[in-house]
Amino acid sequence: MSTPDHMASWVAVALVVLATVLVGGFGLRISRTTSDFYVASRTVRPRLNAAAISGEYLSAASFLGVAGLVLVHGPDMLWYPVGYTAGYLVLLVFVAAPLRRSGAYTLPDFAEGRLESRQVRRLVSALVVGAGWLYLVPQLQGAGLTLKILTGAPGWLGDVLVATVVAAAVAAGGMRSITFVQVFQYWLKLTALLVPALFLVLAWQGDGRPRVSFDDQLTVFRADHPLYATYGLIVATFLGTMGLPHVVVRFYTSPNGRDARRTTVAVLALVGLFYLLPPIYGALGRLYTPELRYGGDADAAVLLLPARVIGGLGGDFLGALIAGGAFAAFLSTASGLTMAVAGVITQDVLPSRGVRHFRLATVLAIAVPLAGSLLVSRVPVADAVGMAFAVSASSFCPLLVLGIWWRRLTPPGAVAGLLLGGGSALLAVAITVSGAVRPPGWPHALLAWPAVWSVPVGFLAMILVSLATPGRIPPGTNAAMTRFHLPEALSSARAAAGRER
Amino acid sequence: MTGAAVAVVVVLAGLLLGAGYLLGRRTARPVRPSDVGTPVEHATFETLHTASLAAPPLRAGLTEESAGRSARRLRSLLGTDALCLTDRERVLVWDGAGHHHGKDVMEHLKVLLDNGRDTAFDSGCGDLDCPLRWAVAVPLTVENRVLGALVAYAPRESAVLARAAGEVARWVCVQLELAELDRSRTQLIEAEIKALRAQISPHFIFNSLAAIASFVRTDPEQARELLLEFADFTRYSFRRHGEFTTLADELHSIDQYLALVRARFGERLSVTLQVAPEVLPVALPFLCLQPLVENAVKHGLEGAVTRSRITISALDAGSEAEVVIEDDGTGMDPERLRQILRGEGGVSTGIGLLNVDERLRQVYGDDYGLVIETGVGAGMKITLRLPKYRAGVHGS
Repeated sequence: MSTPDHMASWVAVALVVLATVLVGGFGLRISRTTSDFYVASRTVRPRLNAAAISGEYLSAASFLGVAGLVLVHGPDMLWYPVGYTAGYLVLLVFVAAPLRRSGAYTLPDFAEGRLESRQVRRLVSALVVGAGWLYLVPQLQGAGLTLKILTGAPGWLGDVLVATVVAAAVAAGGMRSITFVQVFQYWLKLTALLVPALFLVLAWQGDGRPRVSFDDQLTVFRADHPLYATYGLIVATFLGTMGLPHVVVRFYTSPNGRDARRTTVAVLALVGLFYLLPPIYGALGRLYTPELRYGGDADAAVLLLPARVIGGLGGDFLGALIAGGAFAAFLSTASGLTMAVAGVITQDVLPSRGVRHFRLATVLAIAVPLAGSLLVSRVPVADAVGMAFAVSASSFCPLLVLGIWWRRLTPPGAVAGLLLGGGSALLAVAITVSGAVRPPGWPHALLAWPAVWSVPVGFLAMILVSLATPGRIPPGTNAAMTRFHLPEALSSARAAAGRER
Repeated sequence: MTGAAVAVVVVLAGLLLGAGYLLGRRTARPVRPSDVGTPVEHATFETLHTASLAAPPLRAGLTEESAGRSARRLRSLLGTDALCLTDRERVLVWDGAGHHHGKDVMEHLKVLLDNGRDTAFDSGCGDLDCPLRWAVAVPLTVENRVLGALVAYAPRESAVLARAAGEVARWVCVQLELAELDRSRTQLIEAEIKALRAQISPHFIFNSLAAIASFVRTDPEQARELLLEFADFTRYSFRRHGEFTTLADELHSIDQYLALVRARFGERLSVTLQVAPEVLPVALPFLCLQPLVENAVKHGLEGAVTRSRITISALDAGSEAEVVIEDDGTGMDPERLRQILRGEGGVSTGIGLLNVDERLRQVYGDDYGLVIETGVGAGMKITLRLPKYRAGVHGS
């Protein structure tokens, strides 16, 4: 079995880490005189912001996981990229513009602004931290796996490396021009998959175009109830994207609701473009790395393919490119999540404020998932991310959708929905991840893909309890609704007219 | 593990979660007053506790809503069958039995609202068993103005009730006075904002117009540009609506201000700007930065300094934005600065700094005041932290 050259991969990983730190730290240092004021003060344009959102969003699950799943389980797994992308469609239609107009920076901000309740705010904070940690674990595990395959380093080294780099960069304030870092990471990730894919397809053609067969997929166990699992996945990804903490904070950068919508459309295009690539790797992996189907880490397919198919110096180079892209994926998603989680911890968990507390919160935000990634057994990375989506879909989705579109939502209703929907989903995936339930069957399916039942539970609890407590509708509901749904130009004109009268 | 074992684990986990929740709620409750002390002390605690619960709604002033939320507590404080709060025109809330008596209350209160003295009256109920045959009414006065009345009902005349009602009414008056105080504080701050706006105008307007005039013949195009900047700047500064603005708008107005200042001072003033685009949508109190920049310009060009350099930067710091305004001018004695920020600086100087500091603290809390680093001849560096989100703070 040929393995890629270690040296080239090390160099690529080191370059990506260095570039991230440099772009992040120095992107802003270019000073400007006032004559360039319009350049300096230009708000982030929708397309730039969209590239940043995509850069933050495309995680290890997308970069490695999707190809691995397609390799092992066949075309059914294409629901993953479809779901990851379609989540933005739901976000676009129901949430993007009103969320921006609400002025909220994080989900707890939104909850407090809409429901005027500190209690709901605290509960949402706890869930954000939970979902963020759940999402961080597979990122770190993916980094460990990548480093192990590429360089033969021990499995824990990658986890620790990424956690350390992220903690240092975020805590030192090195992520100040985070938009440019994330934009850079998106294009890096796209290039790192696109270029090797072109070469791989050429090599495949030169090989006489052997047919990729997925006929014998049933030999590999995935779930007893594949249809149920697929539905669970679809519900989780379609509805979960809107609540991901690192996605929500990026919408704050849009200057207004209209731009937030245009940003989301651009994200759909960019993310969609990216997701065309992993299935190619999955299909080719089926041909050239068939042993990964039986045991072994299927997530490694993307990393192994260039050396296997092309080989030689070219293979090493392409392998190093992919390694760099994979590290960009871990770093960008992990730093975005760590920033978001640390922000919530500083504001709502730690007592007082200050820079030192933000550093403490950063360490806390990354240390817990690091411990988790080292202790917990490895679930396929795309599945693990799916669980974070499920928690988000069953707690934040009802909160956002009902908060934006339903006047009669009350704080007790929101608490009930968050606890029953989000809490049960969190509990279910925690049981799954901890490995307490291994035997296949309905219990496992229900716990591993909870979204099918937990999302309706969350919505129902929120609606029913809200209807039962009509006296608790927050007094500022109408004002909040007006702000959410009127375009900014109109509402400020209205305010001006109101004053003149 | 079998299916049954799995089910057991799930159920156990659910129970554990529920138990934890209940435990949390129990321990989060403060110690109940009745858990310690003698019976007399219990009574005292209970009374104080009820009083403290009734206070917060009244802090919002005497309205239908605040009266409604406090009436039940006040009635339990007095231990009467019915209690009613009125303003000068109508009954705000009726708590307890006998709603139909509410109709003729205002008739009985006419004299009281006029002269502000306690009265007791027979409710004129024909029913001998009615628990509301007698009532005592006490005026609610703030600064000698009668805002309304508190009326407590009893089956028969009672000196104890009259005394208690008087005391409770006096306590309510204190809360209402505090509400009044809050209101006047807000008015004061609004007035200060208005004063600050007015302050921008006089000499700045004269100087700008003079500078523009000097360009009219030599460089008409430049003069036109400056006039447009001037028009934009004044429109922003004198706008009437909204207490808050966005960092983008505020920086834009500062740019116009600096363009006008540079028309006057030319090469003597150089300005560097560093803005992270992520923080441009941050909402902040209207005209919060402009006085600080004006201050920096003034300090920078004061005295014999020939050239001055001002740096303005706005950086992204997680859930906050950090704005720094720095000049290399004459600086200030820290002790003098402390005086100004305490409000002892005299009339002429530093109203801008003080005002901005107070408004920031008012909106975001005491953690968010100005941080100023300075020394005589060492320039001045002012740092502000602005949270990206704060309930009730919305730009534009």
